[in-house]
Amino acid sequence: MGNISQKITRFLEIFWEQNGYVKVLEGLQNTILIAITGLIIGIIIGTLIATARVIPRYKLAPKILNGFCGFYVALFRGTPIVVQLLVFYYVLLPILGLKLTGVQVSMLVFGLNSGAYISEIMRSGLQSVDHGQLEAGRAVGLSFGTSMRKIVIPQAVKNILPTLGNEFISLIKETSVVSFVGAADLYVAFNYIGSSSYEFMVPYLVMALIYIVIVLIITLLIKLLERSLKKSDRRN
Amino acid sequence: MIDVINLKKSYDGTEVLKGINVTIQKGDIVVILGPSGSGKSTFLRCLNCMEDPSDGNIIFNGVDIADMKVDINIHRRKMGMVFQHFNLFNNKTVIQNIMMAPVHVQSQELRKIKRKNWWIRIKRIFQKSQAKQALLSLPYSKQDIQKTALNDATKLLKRIGLEDKANVYPSTLSGGQKQRVAIVRALAMNPDVILFDEPTSALDPEMVGEVLDLMRSLAKEGMTMIIVTHEMGFAKEVANRILFMDQGQILEDASPSEFFSNPKTERAKEFLSKVLSVK
Ligand SMILES: Nc1ncnc2c1ncn2[C@@H]1O[C@H](COP(=O)(O)OP(=O)(O)OP(=O)(O)O)[C@@H](O)[C@H]1O
Ligand SMILES: [Mg+2]
Repeated sequence: MGNISQKITRFLEIFWEQNGYVKVLEGLQNTILIAITGLIIGIIIGTLIATARVIPRYKLAPKILNGFCGFYVALFRGTPIVVQLLVFYYVLLPILGLKLTGVQVSMLVFGLNSGAYISEIMRSGLQSVDHGQLEAGRAVGLSFGTSMRKIVIPQAVKNILPTLGNEFISLIKETSVVSFVGAADLYVAFNYIGSSSYEFMVPYLVMALIYIVIVLIITLLIKLLERSLKKSDRRN
Repeated sequence: MIDVINLKKSYDGTEVLKGINVTIQKGDIVVILGPSGSGKSTFLRCLNCMEDPSDGNIIFNGVDIADMKVDINIHRRKMGMVFQHFNLFNNKTVIQNIMMAPVHVQSQELRKIKRKNWWIRIKRIFQKSQAKQALLSLPYSKQDIQKTALNDATKLLKRIGLEDKANVYPSTLSGGQKQRVAIVRALAMNPDVILFDEPTSALDPEMVGEVLDLMRSLAKEGMTMIIVTHEMGFAKEVANRILFMDQGQILEDASPSEFFSNPKTERAKEFLSKVLSVK
């Protein structure tokens, strides 16, 4: 094992002198960009789907909407994310004649994908809010949409914040497959360092370390956010 | 003010309301009595269409609000509702709870006018300079809305002696305080009638009085109220009409003195002997 220090030296050499750190920073940026954009798109889509699915279904339009949402969720939860990436990049884009970079496609697909998962999270969040809250909103003459937007959804989001945080964490981790569509994320960066030095042990270890640090930071941020939200609950 | 005509409601085939006909006059204080499961809550909730009636009409200020085509939100603003479990908005402070609906309604009006003005602006591009259509003037600004709403809400809070609780969240209030805030929240829209569904049933006994006192003072001011309650004393003292319901029908519609001293139907006698013997 005497060559461990040798390996580290080799890694550092490439990291500092052959622009390894630039690649890593780029990769880090892409990883975080894809995860954050994915989360934002996911929250928007997820909230819309979850809300659409609690609209009272007396009429035809909400029934159709509900059916479509169910199909969407089943589709995105029923196929692996890698397959979704590949289908979007190599099938849908050429058919639609669109030109998007790997990073853009990844942001989109991760958004659509997490939208399906977040809709389920959001649905349980909406269910956790007492039905009387919606009724009280309707009773003072607010529309269904306004009551949801101003009263029910804010409470639901607060209740699911920890779960939403976990979704973000798994999003960060799952982005490690975006190289399938040519997006340069952390994995690509460390793979580059590894193949330049013919030595993969240290690069991959460092990569794992970076993922752990990101996840720990997010965990901490969520804790802080939760605490500040709890405070606003009891001011007396 | 409210004409209920042949109101029916069924849940999956079981008929819970079996054709109710009743007219509520302005200034009426109606207490609805009846055994559990007789359809009191369902009736009350049909009045403001929280439950959609299966059949029949509810004519409120001349409009049939049971008709699915009317914009129910506009009419609900004139029909306050107070719930057994208060249902204050948990994510809003006490004062925000009261201001919410008035601010929203007026902002909506404002947005409507502004939207119209955008159309006029677009049209003006194509109009000759002499014939240019004038923009509609805004009756108030956003700040005005907030200011008046805050003013009114503060007055309402003073009325119930909770002005020092304006900026706390509902979770910190006692049950009696919550229900009083819920009542003034309904008042904030200047409703023509307020519906109460067992407003004191979820309260500790020592808090029932403060809520009933507030309702009593509303009654004195001439507010029209429809109240489902088990507080017989309150019914006797405050109501001018008792509706006795059983199995989805109104069996008696009488003044309190008449109803309590001289019930006409067997069921009412039975009901009264049960509730009054408990006391
Ligand atoms: N959402 C619903 N779905 C199915 N059945 C219902 C529903 N709401 C009420 N019912 C039924 O309708 C009947 C009348 O209920 P309602 O709540 O109006 O009675 P109530 O007079 O208010 O009784 P209580 O004094 O217990 O509040 C009951 O048999 C109840 O089981
Ligand atoms: Mg009831």
